[in-house]
Formats: sequence, structure tokens, C-alpha cells
Amino acid sequence: MNVQLREPPQAASSTAIKTAIADCDIHPARATADELYPFLAKRWHAHLETFGVHAYQGMMGGPPYPKAQPNASRRDAYPPEGGPQGSSLSFMQKQLLDPNNVALGVLNPLNTGQGIRNQDLAGAICSAVNDWQIEKWTSKDSRLKGSIVVANEDGVSAAAEIRKRAGDKNFVQVLLLSRNVEPLGQRRYWPIYQVAEEAGLPIGVHAFGFGGNPITASGWPSYYIEEMVGHSQCQQTALASLVLEGVFERFPKLKMVMVEAGFGWAPSLAWRLDKVFARLHAEVPHLKRKPSDYIRDHIWWTTQPMEDPENRDHLFQTIEWIGWDKLLFATDYPHWDYDDPSRVLPAGVSDANKQAFYLDNAKKLYGIA
Amino acid sequence: MARHVVAPVDELPPGSRKSIEIDGRPIVVFNVKGEFFGLLNRCPHQGAALCEGPLIGLASSSDPGEIEYTKLGEILRCPWHGWEFDIRTGQSYCDPRRFRVRAYPVNVEAGTNLVKGPYVAETIKVAVESNYVVVDL
Amino acid sequence: MTSPIAGGVDRDLHPAVPHLTSLLPYLNDYWRDQVTTRGMTDLISQSYPLNSPISSRPDWRPAQGKPGSDIADMQHQALDKFGTAYGICNPLYGVQMVFSEDMANAFCRALNDWLVKEWLDKDDRLRGSIVIPVQSIEKAVAEIERCAQDKRFVQVLMLVMGDMPLGKRHYWPIYAAAERLGLPIGIHAGSAYHNPPTSVGWGSYHIEDYVAQAQAFQTQLTSLIVEGVFARHPNLKMVMLESGFTWLPPFLWRLHKFWRGVRMETPWVDRAPLEIVRSNIRFSLQPVDAPPEPDTLNRLFDHMQSDELLYSRPTIRIGSSTAMTCCRRDYRRISCARSWSTIHTRLIRA
Repeated sequence: MNVQLREPPQAASSTAIKTAIADCDIHPARATADELYPFLAKRWHAHLETFGVHAYQGMMGGPPYPKAQPNASRRDAYPPEGGPQGSSLSFMQKQLLDPNNVALGVLNPLNTGQGIRNQDLAGAICSAVNDWQIEKWTSKDSRLKGSIVVANEDGVSAAAEIRKRAGDKNFVQVLLLSRNVEPLGQRRYWPIYQVAEEAGLPIGVHAFGFGGNPITASGWPSYYIEEMVGHSQCQQTALASLVLEGVFERFPKLKMVMVEAGFGWAPSLAWRLDKVFARLHAEVPHLKRKPSDYIRDHIWWTTQPMEDPENRDHLFQTIEWIGWDKLLFATDYPHWDYDDPSRVLPAGVSDANKQAFYLDNAKKLYGIA
Repeated sequence: MARHVVAPVDELPPGSRKSIEIDGRPIVVFNVKGEFFGLLNRCPHQGAALCEGPLIGLASSSDPGEIEYTKLGEILRCPWHGWEFDIRTGQSYCDPRRFRVRAYPVNVEAGTNLVKGPYVAETIKVAVESNYVVVDL
Repeated sequence: MTSPIAGGVDRDLHPAVPHLTSLLPYLNDYWRDQVTTRGMTDLISQSYPLNSPISSRPDWRPAQGKPGSDIADMQHQALDKFGTAYGICNPLYGVQMVFSEDMANAFCRALNDWLVKEWLDKDDRLRGSIVIPVQSIEKAVAEIERCAQDKRFVQVLMLVMGDMPLGKRHYWPIYAAAERLGLPIGIHAGSAYHNPPTSVGWGSYHIEDYVAQAQAFQTQLTSLIVEGVFARHPNLKMVMLESGFTWLPPFLWRLHKFWRGVRMETPWVDRAPLEIVRSNIRFSLQPVDAPPEPDTLNRLFDHMQSDELLYSRPTIRIGSSTAMTCCRRDYRRISCARSWSTIHTRLIRA
């Protein structure tokens, strides 16, 4: 397609955001396949070129459910200097950070070592990605903060990586994905929680990942839309597992963020958990509090993809049930289902709630002044 | 209604598009197989610049698994959320009743009946022999 | 304790097979010997452990044997007590867990015959759901056609967690048969355990499996809608049993939002998902996953954006909730009359 532009288009939002915001879900990308090599031991260069990555799903390149746009990203987010969307700091500054007045941008790298079956490779890539986040992003723009990615299926390696980065101001959280070999509450993941709690780091649980399980409890669906809608259900079951296994009883200072799975489902899930717990608590005597109490105290949600009912009062009621203090604004830049900060909240929100929603909740959770 | 020159017609061959600003409004003009279409360059959903979106066909179906694919090259897919707009009418296909992009009629006019616009200098230069693409606003 | 409307329909009764040997009279010689010679014991699903509090109300639990296994108990506790006009029996016997399609077929046929002889024949108020061997689509269709000849079968029963998402075309011959015969499909909570019982793997607990039923109903709803089941079978009705409903509004918001952007992937979905749900699907009120405050419940009803989606009358199943005492009673009566009659048309004619 021959696209000729007289001048590059500006995002329509740029004039609307006067106050600073936090964007709690930005996806930085590698410009080239070997951009990680400087941070990765040489033995892995040859390994990757020979064997590639072996994930918990069959495709060597690309996802099993093809995306809605190339690289699952906005088509206008290709950097002018080349490379995929999200791979250029200068273009990210120009297109996202500067016009939207982003004071705090949380980086959640995907396509890391997570979901890889070779645990040594997984750990090596994750550590390299963490080094890359500092070198390319957080050391160059102080608004950006990284997430510590870890080999999620290897508790020992993951704990070591978190300990290595603990106290490093380049990072504000640990990153996990919602779909793993087992539900996230299972004990194999507890070493991660223990060390994160010790380090005072929240854990972001981002949609996606593969653990070898079909992505519904009734097998593999046909379509990408089912995967996208299904992140809501996967996040619900991951959270239910965390609560019911007693992760928050065992690690009472741990905080978690549900990232990119929506939040509208939260009240119904919390109510269901409480209802069933009232009758079945004998099975889970390690829980000393109601499930909704654990959720209230330990869980935050990023807002993208923003819930979009026809009647905005329904949205407001839902948020009231969750708490305006629990939502963290996110764009999901550069992904295609991006939420523009100037368009995402309907009218009728108080200034205090807007301030919390767009910035203060994130600063408080991540300990940013 | 005022007419504004966009570009000489041979700067906009079939398959190409041009985005411009006229009176503060962002416009994108397409040449689809020799026919010209114009749209406000702002998606009614969240404001994405539509000029960055691909032109595809319209997928419709009378039975699951059977797909009729028509209007090739006439459906603009928003570069963000992928909403589909018919570039002839601005009609969206996700929620036809509610969302529509403003469509601007675009005609090819011969060189002599021009109003002053951003290309005024250039068009005057090549005025009488060429066809010009003119936009009605 | 809320009183259901006298003369109403109980849509979710669970007569229990006392033991696999109860089905022996209904099996042929080969299968009868297979059961006894190989020492097969029982087909109890983990979804409903016998002594779990959610498997039976304490006052409905007999001194001996499985709750729901004695027709006299059901008549006394569920039918007579509430003046029920009709009760639909949904046996939750674990036949879906079996892997062999021939064995599943034999057990399903026996189960359906058992239901007729030991329940439907003994009380005119009772109706049945056809339990089908989903392990073989061909055999499932044959069983629907066989049982449908008895007009007291008013529904086809499937589980919400099976081998494949329910919208997949693999299952469509079942839907075609049901639509042709005027039978709704009842999708009930429970798993065949042929896949992990959550979308993120195997959890540890029964409570976890039970909570996960809600998410399973959600993904199945997505599948049924986007695969175009109701585009192909516009007259087919489905009822979600023991699904609850408070998850439905935010679910539809999300599905609608993504449908707009990825419409081209499934272009046969030519109506908004809410409209498809409104025309073809209904949801049981139970469990009411919400606090019992009238304000909250009334807001949730508003979020539903439709008066027709619920079986407004609380289904009398073992373990029913008392939350409905707080609901708008007038709303319930209106929707009850309109809603159920369009789903279970056979109830009136049988």
C-alpha cells in the first residue's frame, strides 16, 4: 500500500492530557533478533540459532492464534528508523510518553524466557531481558521503570534473579504471566512469592503465557477472539488459585497486579468465592479470612482493555464495588487494543477519583514519590 | 461548502493515499482503482489516524464457514482497534447504527475551476493541462 | 426461606443413581458382565463429591445412600412441599468421564432408561433430560432421536467442561437434532475431566473446581456465540444450569468490545453478542454470586439489560440459596411466565 503523508499525524489525545499520568502496561520490543546478544552468554547465541526456543506451544515463530494486527500492535506505531512497534525509545517518547504526559511508565516485556521449556535457556533469556531493560530503556529515560522477568517454572532460578535485582531502582515489580504449567497459586511458584515479598516488590500477573494447558477448561477454542476474551477467564482462575491456595495468608505483605485482563469480572468472582467459601471452608482451613478480604488487600488491576458498557453508570457501579483506589491506568502501548488516556474514562468522574485512577494509585503501589 | 485542492491527480495514482489538514481538520484522500474517496482522518472510536490503516475487503457470511469477500480495497481498517469502515460512505461494520466516520465527497475536476488551497502555487504552475484532485469541505 | 411460586417448574432436579449396579437391568448381557467381571464400581464425578456441602442441603441428606436417590424423598422434599407442577430431572452421573465411546453409549442408554422406569413412570410431574454419549457424536444423535420419542424428555443435557469448546462444529449434529426435535440443550456445571478443570491447569481443591465452573460457562458462551451455532440453528435454545449470572454483564461488555475489532475473523456473527444471547440462551439464577443486599442485586439486574435472560424463579436444587428473598418479586413473576415457556415447549404439550 502506497501511503503518502504530507505530515505525520498526531494522536488526537495530545491536547487533552494536562496532568501527569502513569501508564502501567507498556511493552518494549527488541528491534532485531540479536539485540539481546550483548546480555546473553555466547553459548546461547549458537543454541538459539540452532534450536530456537521451545515453548509450551507448537509454533516456532509467531503465536498459535494469529493476532488482529501485525505484532499485535498499532499500525501507526512503527518507528521511522525501522524495527517493530515498541522497539524505539525515541519514538516511544514521541508517540506515547511526551504527548500523554507520562510521569511513570511500567515496562512489561513479553517474548522473554517465560513459557520456554528449557529452563536454563529461560533463566538466561530472562536475565538478559532484565539487563536490556536497564541498558536500553530505564537508564535512558527516568520515567520508565522495568519489571523483573523470571523463569517462572523454575522457582530456584526465579528466586535468584529476583534477589539479584532487589533494591535496584530500575525495577518496580516482578512480572509473571497468567497461563503457566499450573495455576499460579500452586506451591511450585511460592519461591517467587517469598522472594518478591522479602524484596518488597509487587508482582504483575499479565495476560498470556503458555503452560501446556488448553486455554479453556473445555479444550482449545478456534479463534483469536476467544483467546482475547478468554484472558478474563484465565485471570479469574489464576486469581482464584492464588486466593484459595492461601498465597496471601502465607505471604501477607505480597501485592499483585492483574494486568491486561480487564477488571469488570472482579466483583462477581469475589462474591462467588465468598459464597462458596462459606460452605466449603472446611476443605481449606489454611484460609483465615474471606476470599474477598484477601482480594481487597492484595490485588490491584490495570485498566486496559477498559470495560466499555453502553451505560457508563454500570461501569461506575462496577468500579465502586472494586474501589477507585485499586485501578491503575494503562495503555498497553504499542498493542492494537490500546486505550487512549484522553478517551478512556467517560465523563462524570470526580477529580479525586481521576487523580487516583491516572496516577496516584500507581505511584503509591510502586513506591514512586 | 468550499472546495480545496489536494494534489495533482497523478500524484495520487490508484492504490495511494494522502493525508492533509484543511482548516484544522485532518483529512485523508484515497485513490481506489481510479475512484477517489475522502475521510476525516480520525477514528470516531478513540481518535486514531485512519490514514495508517490498510484497505481490505468486506467479509460477510450467510452461514458459518462460508465467507463472501466483496468490496476489495474499499474497507478501511482502523490501525488501532481494527474497526472496519466503508470508505465510500464512512459506514462502520462493527456497530453500523452507532458509528460512522465523516465521509467527504471527492471529485476529479479539470484544471480551470480551482479555488485557492494549499497547493495553489503548484497547481497554477501546471494548471491548464492537468487534472486536479479537488476536495469539497 | 423463599417460597417458589406454586404451580411452577423446577428446572434442575438431580435424581441420583444409587450405584452402578442399579443400571444393570438396563444394560445388555455383554455390558452387564463387563461391569461385574471387571469390578466396575461407580461413576461419581469429582464435581460433586457425595458428602460435600454443595452436593446436598443438610436437611435433604438421607440417613443412608446418596442424596436424591429415593423418589419418595424427592417427592416429599422438593415436589409436594413447593407445589411444583413439573420437575426436570438432570442426572449428574459421571458417564461423560468415560473414554470408550461404546461404553459411554451403553451407560447413557441405560441411564436414560433407568430414569424413565424409576422416576418418570412413577410421578407424572417429572420430566427428563437426555444424557448423551458425547464421546461419539453419531451415537449422541442416535440417543437423542431414540429418547425424544418419549415426550417426557424435554431437554438434552451436556456438561460445561467437556472435550472441546461447545461451539465447535464437531458438535453441530447434536444441535441440529435437538433443534429439529424442539429440544433445548441444558448445559450444566460439571466436568468430564478430559481437560484440566480450569483454563490454567489443575488446581488442588474441590472448591477451586467449583468456582471455576463460572469461568467455564463464560468461555463456552464465547464459543457458542463466535462459532455461529445460533446463526446455523436459529431456533435452538440453550439453558445454562447452575451457571449463575452476575458474571454475565462484564463478560458481554468484553466480548462486544473485541467483536467490534476482530469481526472479520467470524463474519457470521452479524448481531451484537447480547442480541444473540437474548434470542437463544437463558441462565439459571442459582448460584446467586452476589451479596444479598437488594441494592446490589437490583443494580446487577439493570446491568443485564434484558428482562428475559434469567430463569427468574429460583430453581429448587439441592443447596439453593436464600438470597432471592431480597429480589423484586414482581420482576420475577413476569419474567418467569414469559421466559420458561419459550424454552421448554414440550413441558406444556407432554
